[in-house]
Amino acid sequence: MEQLGNSAPLPTISYPMSAPFSWIRPEPHGIHIVPSDCWVDPSRAVERALVTHGHADHARGGHGSTMATPETLAIMKLRYNTDQGAQPVHYGETITLPGNVRATYIPAGHVLGSAQILLEHAGERVVITGDYKRRPDPTCAPFEVTPCDIFITEATFGLPLFTHPPIEEEMARLLARLSSHPDSCVLVGAYALGKAQRVIAELRRAGHHQPIYLHGAMEKMCRLYEDFGVELGPLRLVSDHSKEEMRGHIVISPPSALNDRWSRRLPDPITAMASGWMRVRQRARQRNVELPLIISDHADWAELTRTIEEVNPQESWITHGREEALLRWCQLHQRRARALALVGYEDEDD
Amino acid sequence: MERFAALLDALVYTSSRNTKLALIGEYLRETPDPDRGWALAALTDGLDFKAVKASTIRNLMTERVDPLLWSLSRDFVGDTAETASLLWPDPPGETPPAPTVSETVALLQGMTRATVQHDLPALLDRLDVSGRYALIKLATGAMRIGISARLGKVAFAQSFGVSVDDVEEYWHGIAPPYTELFDWAAHGKAPPDTENMPLFRPFMLAHPLEDGTVDLSDYVAEWKWDGIRVQLVHAGGETRLYSRSGDDITATFPEMAEALTIPAVLDGELLVQGGHQGGKEGGAASFNALQQRLGRKNVSKKMLSELPAFVRLYDALGLEGEDLRALPWERRRERLEAFLPRLPATRFDLSQIVEARDFAHLAQIREGTRADAIEGLMLKRRDSPYVAGRKTGLWYKWKRDPLLIDCVLMYAQRGSGKRSSFYSDYTFGCWDGDPDKGAELLPVGKAYSGFTDAELKWLDKYVRQHTVNRFGPVRETDKSLTFEVAFDSVHASKRHKSGLAMRFPRIHRIRKDKPPHEADRIATLRAMVRD
Repeated sequence: MEQLGNSAPLPTISYPMSAPFSWIRPEPHGIHIVPSDCWVDPSRAVERALVTHGHADHARGGHGSTMATPETLAIMKLRYNTDQGAQPVHYGETITLPGNVRATYIPAGHVLGSAQILLEHAGERVVITGDYKRRPDPTCAPFEVTPCDIFITEATFGLPLFTHPPIEEEMARLLARLSSHPDSCVLVGAYALGKAQRVIAELRRAGHHQPIYLHGAMEKMCRLYEDFGVELGPLRLVSDHSKEEMRGHIVISPPSALNDRWSRRLPDPITAMASGWMRVRQRARQRNVELPLIISDHADWAELTRTIEEVNPQESWITHGREEALLRWCQLHQRRARALALVGYEDEDD
Repeated sequence: MERFAALLDALVYTSSRNTKLALIGEYLRETPDPDRGWALAALTDGLDFKAVKASTIRNLMTERVDPLLWSLSRDFVGDTAETASLLWPDPPGETPPAPTVSETVALLQGMTRATVQHDLPALLDRLDVSGRYALIKLATGAMRIGISARLGKVAFAQSFGVSVDDVEEYWHGIAPPYTELFDWAAHGKAPPDTENMPLFRPFMLAHPLEDGTVDLSDYVAEWKWDGIRVQLVHAGGETRLYSRSGDDITATFPEMAEALTIPAVLDGELLVQGGHQGGKEGGAASFNALQQRLGRKNVSKKMLSELPAFVRLYDALGLEGEDLRALPWERRRERLEAFLPRLPATRFDLSQIVEARDFAHLAQIREGTRADAIEGLMLKRRDSPYVAGRKTGLWYKWKRDPLLIDCVLMYAQRGSGKRSSFYSDYTFGCWDGDPDKGAELLPVGKAYSGFTDAELKWLDKYVRQHTVNRFGPVRETDKSLTFEVAFDSVHASKRHKSGLAMRFPRIHRIRKDKPPHEADRIATLRAMVRD
């Protein structure tokens, strides 16, 4: 996959880890809980995995056992067609891992079922956010600030230029473009897990009750959301309908289908994309996006920095994204921080 | 400024030329003077503010944002204006009203290196993200949003229903905000008075002579030299050199500007002195030599002495204040021949007439153009007036036949605009030895044209079904398809691994019948180099 930043990879900053926290170790392919021999979001198959949410880069298949929320386990079952070793953990529930480590799952506000994982051992508290956002989202439970000693945070949009505008503004722009082009359709590229359902739910909240047409790859995930009680309103499959029927309607597809020949079956589509990267004009241009919608399921710069302030940890570990800038912010604000060089996390489409 | 900012945003997010023309046209019709003129100047890169440079913006930003955070952001975005527009802190309290484009221009013109540090921030504080982007783009000069000067002029012409040739004719004579141009086009007033100005006149162009013949009693033949077509104009004491698109390239060829001091409008081929084209008598170096001089803003003394330019004259549009364009070609040619002795011989010569007994003889002469490294022949009606653009039946270009080589499809990329979902850009290669003895394919060129719409559909499908690898947007194919590629010439080049660069390669035929191992070798292509 292409690297989004132009900068060279940051070497892991190595200074002696404060000895008290030696039970938790960042390794290249995941975070290792040493006394339990468990891994959080490992990028390869392990015996025991704790998974924060269902995106493929965090939820790989093939683990001996997988501890995750029921929603995340359902998503993984949909993707890997097996629920072998699934161990559901509900929000707020605490489980005890071998070696006397307690793990509590707390909503992260990223997508359906996404969780932060609070780990406690020997009186020390570590929170791993996985991916998270602070904005309200009708399709998932909101992020909860959880005080801790070590805060392991993502940094996907960790540059000060990233500000996600209120989603209502983006919905208004989408609906305005739709009504001014009644003979076209607006094709919205959106990540199939989370973003697509959030866009649909937000459209409904904005009063758009027309049928929304889906690329085939979206269907099962939307049904899964509905099974968990997320109302998405009337949905139709593009493949079941004619060009004429889709004029004046919204179509949602994975970003990869935007410029693909699949889109030739649509009536004069206006290409939109729902992504935090759309804040940058050239990113939109590169994908031939005519209507960029700045909608992200990740925290923007202000949310990332505010969250560190609110959680107020002794130390922040930054897992993936644009670590250097967030590290710099911590330095400027006299906060201890380090960047972890984890492999395999990708968020090009968010 | 909001309307101009919205226009820029809309232009950035569209790849269709027609939509761009419509957007600019709509803006020009709906915006009052002089705002629209300034905007048009900004779009066509016609504005320059001495006090505001890219470094000015960088300095302003690093006073407000941590320098490391600025540089990380700038690196990610890849555009200083955009990064600054995104990172500029919104001022506290209510935003003062946004300035108009004219007010912005007046303020920018009034700034000096001393005051810019204070005045530019005050201006930025009056704008939102899109407005700041538009302001910085306008202030620093280079838009780089995919709008050429020509597109701006075409949009202007279409918007007011005037001829783009007329717009070109007046354009260089008037300065932003082009009020007289709008008065003429939008309000039907008299056109701008452009006499005694060194203006660009639209070129007369030629149709390709496909398979036809012409009667040499009606047509005269000239060599088609391999340089760049230029217009050299002297009027009102000034000399300008224009490229075929009307761009002013005087600064790149200062020796030519000095060489013409008599009022005239001359059409010719810009070349570098040498012995490559047409042998010693031809007197012209290869196109490659000329290419080293193109696009330079500063010309070193070394360049001037090692690669001296000259113009081989084809035609005279005007001499000493007299417009010759309505005269037949033969009369203009007589006038040009009579005028030539008054020009410095080191900088000008005359394009020779090619004498032939009949058309068959001419065809025979054309066969020899490749050996002489000449592009081909021009055929001009003896009675043709000089008219802008391509008028059927007046001028023909009769290029030498293209070179052909069999190559193997290696990589494909999607096109843009109309072809956005199709794999329409093809990289092809030749074998670096005997393919049966483990030779490899090396890329030798890239082509985007030469196929029909039906062939494009077929190729698109072929690429998708034969992909073995992906590198970002690029698909690597299984190297199972042979193309016959046509091209004008091939040159040694350090830019490519094969050491060769083709000029104007296009897909001539899809050779489904030819197995890839029978495609040509690099050595075959190298043997075609005539540098």
